[in-house]
Amino acid sequence: MPVISAEKAQSTYDVVIVGSGAGGGQTAYTLTMEGVKVLMLEAGRSFDPATEVAMFQLPSHAPLRGTKTPDKQYGFHDSSIHSGWDIPGEPYSNAGTKPEDQFKWWRQRMMGGRTNHWGRISLRNGPYDFKPRTVYGAGFDWPITYDDVAPYYDKVEMLIGVFGSNEGLENSPDSSPGVLLPPPKFRVGELYAQKHAPKAGMKVTPIHRAVLSVPQDAEKIPARLHPGNPKAQAILADSMRGRAPCFWATDCHRGCSIRANYDSQTVHLRPALATGNLDILPNAMAREVTLSKDGKANGITFIDKTTGQEGHVKGRVIVLAASSQESVRLLLNSKSTLFPQGLANSSGKLGKYITDSVGSSFSAHIPAFEGMPLHNEDGAGGPHAYVPWTQHALNRKGELGFPGGYHLEFNPGRHMPNMTVANGAERLAGRSGTSYGRQFKEDARRFYGCRIGFGAQGTMLPNDGSFCEIDPNLKDQWGIPVLRFHWKWTEHELNQVRHQQQRIAELLEALGGHFSKPPETDPLKAIRNGGTVIHEVGGAIMGADAATSVTNQWSQTWDVKNLFLADGAPFASTADKNPTLTIMALAWRMADHLMDELKKGNI
Amino acid sequence: MPPHVPLSAPLDRRAAIQWMLTATAGLSIPGTASAQAQSAAKSPIPPITAKGYGPDPDIVKIYNPGDVWPLTFTDAQRRTATALCDVILPADETSPAASAVGVPAFIDEWVSSPYPEQAPDRPLIIEGLDWIHAESQRRFQLPFPDLQPAQQTAICDDIAAAKPKPEHKKPAAFFKRYRDLTAGGYYTTPEGMKDIGYRGNVTSATFDGPPLEALKHVGLA
Repeated sequence: MPVISAEKAQSTYDVVIVGSGAGGGQTAYTLTMEGVKVLMLEAGRSFDPATEVAMFQLPSHAPLRGTKTPDKQYGFHDSSIHSGWDIPGEPYSNAGTKPEDQFKWWRQRMMGGRTNHWGRISLRNGPYDFKPRTVYGAGFDWPITYDDVAPYYDKVEMLIGVFGSNEGLENSPDSSPGVLLPPPKFRVGELYAQKHAPKAGMKVTPIHRAVLSVPQDAEKIPARLHPGNPKAQAILADSMRGRAPCFWATDCHRGCSIRANYDSQTVHLRPALATGNLDILPNAMAREVTLSKDGKANGITFIDKTTGQEGHVKGRVIVLAASSQESVRLLLNSKSTLFPQGLANSSGKLGKYITDSVGSSFSAHIPAFEGMPLHNEDGAGGPHAYVPWTQHALNRKGELGFPGGYHLEFNPGRHMPNMTVANGAERLAGRSGTSYGRQFKEDARRFYGCRIGFGAQGTMLPNDGSFCEIDPNLKDQWGIPVLRFHWKWTEHELNQVRHQQQRIAELLEALGGHFSKPPETDPLKAIRNGGTVIHEVGGAIMGADAATSVTNQWSQTWDVKNLFLADGAPFASTADKNPTLTIMALAWRMADHLMDELKKGNI
Repeated sequence: MPPHVPLSAPLDRRAAIQWMLTATAGLSIPGTASAQAQSAAKSPIPPITAKGYGPDPDIVKIYNPGDVWPLTFTDAQRRTATALCDVILPADETSPAASAVGVPAFIDEWVSSPYPEQAPDRPLIIEGLDWIHAESQRRFQLPFPDLQPAQQTAICDDIAAAKPKPEHKKPAAFFKRYRDLTAGGYYTTPEGMKDIGYRGNVTSATFDGPPLEALKHVGLA
């Protein structure tokens, strides 16, 4: 079974999945390895990381030196195609008018979705993150604990390949023995930060990222992941042997043709296709989940973008993994006499409680790095280290004014130069005016690679002011009604950003950093807009009570037994951890439950 | 008039006149300012009609300026741009001059871009190059590329100053932006990367961390 066109779709499937990213990929992998027949719809075109990514191209090989444009919003060589916060023909709207009340919605319309482009930072949510109401007295407790998800974190980490180390951190859990790949050595800036951060009461530890630092163990892992399933073991072993370890060059956001990086196609879809149990239909823009007379989901209506025609595919089970807000939109647009307010929305909570990471950043010049002996600092195409949140004691005292915490990401080093690499050299040299000539060349050499910036990503608990609904007036180019967003920061997020700015400044001072301006004291100026960290989740949150949530603990909608979600939509809140690893762990857990229910005849 | 005269054309023309009047302020020969203003008014900056490269370009391909949208500079502007690039980043013992690695063509590509981020640079750079040309003629009766290095520096020093004279304020804004574009264009080429000290973008079987001398440099060894 392969990548197909609409007319090749079979009359029905066991499961139809919408979306080919982390959640859809993991679901397809788990199900097809166990013999379930799956059709996957993807709104974008096919994309082959082995041949289509620009790994070694220089900025000078691209228009405008590869800078960001409205057509390629992360830069020319970034592997995001047909993607961005603004896509022609695919609008959305905002109810709020103030800048801080705007939500920006990133969409990635391509095979593999956002897994082609991301930092591969793979941190586990901790026990507190699943129980914010209990721990912090705010937000909603998830109906599951860390212990429910821990085995799936192990499985996903073994499958996708995550480097890192076990540090015994509070609320940043360790992996089981033998699961993580060895972390790469730190660069100068990471070692320097590790030495001096304790002066500011912080620590620098290896980060976890889904990049192979060494080859995966194709002898042992398949048997651990698929006990009693020799076919699955053989397929996975073959897939693992086809992945090369990192060759310590090139930016991971460009994608990875040697498959050292995790992306959905490399890790999930290739073995899933090899089972013979998966069909993938690209260029299929889902419009509506259809229902049978007995109120069960029975298929998906979609627009075939290659012809503009509407099509329909059938399945016994429907899994939405279109990305959190796209899945919500699909459900809100699936209205019927049984569900006049949108499918699976008897609670009225569909679209509610959207969250994103709470982000801000600050940087400084580190004089100690001037005149550094030249060497190659590319490493694993992204960070090797990070600053975990460790101030849980202050959380417990209630002194911070915000729940949870934030971690700091940083990626120091002598990166591939970009358009701004020499800007401000005269200021650093203490010269006035605009430098030019031989002096400027010398200054540029002296100050290159001497900047460190820290970006904070923190907990956001749900609030009543951050939600989406169907815009009553606006439709996209396919005639599908679009989303209208409402966004509100609460005092929690604003207090957190104040703290972020202050603490980053203290850390930079501990590193001997010089800043050109003081840290931002107005949190509304420092905070990154909702959606711009691209960690938006929620909108169909899971809960223990059908009256106040959209899905149960298995990401199964309360209202429709054979309708599941496998993206970030069921998240009850955003931890300070990046969500993708948790999306995959929950998807695997959901898929196991789904197969159990199919076997028992409950679905 | 072409069918799609840009709304900004009259503004460009006014701006050009303003730059020229500024450039020639204090000139003792009556009539020259208006003559130059008229000649500038005859060549407004052409509108951009090209489209962008779209959301799904061939990202593996290697592009050159002019491949995706047409370039703008006139011959005179290109000559001025080239000379100015090399005053900003001249050849030295370790690396070539900016023009030798194609920076003028890159800046032409930049100001010819159909995207909003580059739009403000288009009049600033093109009018700035015209100003440099006129200023060279006014001071030394020669185009900028034909000046002696000291003459070129005399003009650049005026517009590189921290507090430029009132009549140099706009040329100073041009020079700062032109310098930054030149530097960005230069350090993103293989030669520029080598010069600034970037040693990456090469594969390696292992990542061994920093060398001992780098660790010593920051007190870590």
